[in-house]
Amino acid sequence: MNDLVAVLISKYNYWVYIILMMIGFYAIITKKNLVKKIIGMNIVQTAIILFYISIGAKKGATLPIISHGHDAVGHAVHASDYINPLPHVLMLTAIVVAVATLGVALALAIKIYRQYNTLEEDEIHTRIREQ
Amino acid sequence: MTWQLDHIILSLVIILALGAITVKDLLGAAILFGAYSFMMCLLWAIMGAVDVAFTEASVGAGVSTVFFVAAVFRTTRRTKD
Repeated sequence: MNDLVAVLISKYNYWVYIILMMIGFYAIITKKNLVKKIIGMNIVQTAIILFYISIGAKKGATLPIISHGHDAVGHAVHASDYINPLPHVLMLTAIVVAVATLGVALALAIKIYRQYNTLEEDEIHTRIREQ
Repeated sequence: MTWQLDHIILSLVIILALGAITVKDLLGAAILFGAYSFMMCLLWAIMGAVDVAFTEASVGAGVSTVFFVAAVFRTTRRTKD
């Protein structure tokens, strides 16, 4: 039991990831304002990036740059000394995709505001029904 | 030292996320979201992902905040929730 509690406490990054993801889903589902929904979508995206960076992190490791790279004949490279760089590369792509989806979503919100003169979802529904 | 900084920034991230979705002003929500992105960038610099931290500081905290502020000025600051 104590081992389980120790494991759960030592993985606190993953708990923060779960909490942030739930905050983002809560904002997407319950908020009526479109900009608030877009903020919730971005929080979900950054939570997923936090999860992936936490996978690659190691205690006591350094950046993945080998100091004797060019004449590496006599040196052994231990993988446990370096942080895993593969999740970092994946998440660089994810950040760019996140800002692209943010731009498209805000452009759609601006078009909706010009059409219906409001950003609240329930007022937009009533105005669509009136037409 | 780094361990404590980690905890402080992780709790700040949660507080800023909750603030960004609960504040009743869209411009304030945009600024709080920019602060949230910057705290995430500091967190990744601590965890050793320096390249991701650079990209997040420029794209996440910079361009996203500019997008939000521009969209709020083109629409309205008023919100019901």
